[in-house]
Amino acid sequence: MKEVRILEIKQSVFADNDKQAEELRRELKDKGVFLLNLMSSPGSGKTTTLMKTIETLKDKLKIGVMEADIDSDVDARTISQSGAKVIQLHTGGMCHLDAGMTRQGLDGLETEGIELAILENVGNLVCPAEFDTGSSKNAMILSVPEGDDKPLKYPLMFSICDVVLINKIDVLPYFNFDMEKCKEYIHMRNPQAKIIPICAKTGEGIQEWADWLAEEVRKWREEE
Amino acid sequence: MHELGVVFHIMDSLEKVAAENEVEGISKVVLELGEVSTVIESYLQNCWKWAAKKRKLFAEAELIVETLPAVTYCESCEKTYPTVEYGKICPYCHSPDTWLLQGSEFNIKEIEVY
Ligand SMILES: Nc1nc2c(ncn2[C@@H]2O[C@H](COP(=O)(O)OP(=O)(O)O)[C@@H](O)[C@H]2O)c(=O)[nH]1
Ligand SMILES: [Mg+2]
Ligand SMILES: [Zn+2]
Ligand SMILES: [Zn+2]
Repeated sequence: MKEVRILEIKQSVFADNDKQAEELRRELKDKGVFLLNLMSSPGSGKTTTLMKTIETLKDKLKIGVMEADIDSDVDARTISQSGAKVIQLHTGGMCHLDAGMTRQGLDGLETEGIELAILENVGNLVCPAEFDTGSSKNAMILSVPEGDDKPLKYPLMFSICDVVLINKIDVLPYFNFDMEKCKEYIHMRNPQAKIIPICAKTGEGIQEWADWLAEEVRKWREEE
Repeated sequence: MHELGVVFHIMDSLEKVAAENEVEGISKVVLELGEVSTVIESYLQNCWKWAAKKRKLFAEAELIVETLPAVTYCESCEKTYPTVEYGKICPYCHSPDTWLLQGSEFNIKEIEVY
């Protein structure tokens, strides 16, 4: 008969990933690569916002982009038109990126000389919130058509983000979207969150967002 | 699907544990899942069965999920109440000033090995 024994583990399912993410964050700090993790539902405007962001910041920072997608490379081809360095990561059906996959992505991107690396995460508001990628800052986009009550439905996502971009404000007249209420819901979950309304289509608000990001990169560089 | 990704994570972690403890096989894995965590138990069980067939260490491993009840704390009246039944609004004083005390956990509790 086999001898059976019990091993106590008592750790969060996410503990291993959290540890890898911490290591990656420290390494990136040593290399001077600021990693921004950008999350949202599919279609909220991540790729469009990135295009405008790169346009605004490309003379100031050297930018590299990782596009995570289940299978296609449409977004990577779009971003490559901006002149920024970009690679496509295929998640093979996985609904989120973990720290290990992010590390592989950064290796593929070759971060030598890159000051700002941006990860366009898989479109999903649930699990990317649970898997720390090792990013320096987390950003998310909530678009007007999704509704102002999303912070109530996906509290974890809103609680881990440093900044929330409210995109597609050009369509506000057509939706019952209460901007003040939405801000209130976000701050209920995360009193520190910076909230910036934008229109990625016209570029409205992009300067404020780009300034915020550039300032965060600057502050991060000065940290010990 | 999220649950499959999570199952892979659990198996990866446990493969490390097994290597460190000279384990030949795992016969049981006990998880603690909060009532309001983002993972659905029946999906988790299905993904587990599928993935376990593909990894030698888990070929005979049974998955047991223990549910941890969700409890919310009210800032206004300092009472606690069951989250699933009442949600965000305190049933005692009707304040929305509440937060989740427990119920979003997702832990690996223990494993039975040979
Ligand atoms: N009206 C409007 N449409 C937008 C805006 N930003 C993005 N879109 C559109 O929304 C769709 C999805 O955008 P995309 O950037 O691909 O979203 P992603 O899936 O999050 O990367 C595209 O058709 C965009 O043209 C905006 O500010 N206003
Ligand atoms: Mg995209
Ligand atoms: Zn996932
Ligand atoms: Zn109360």
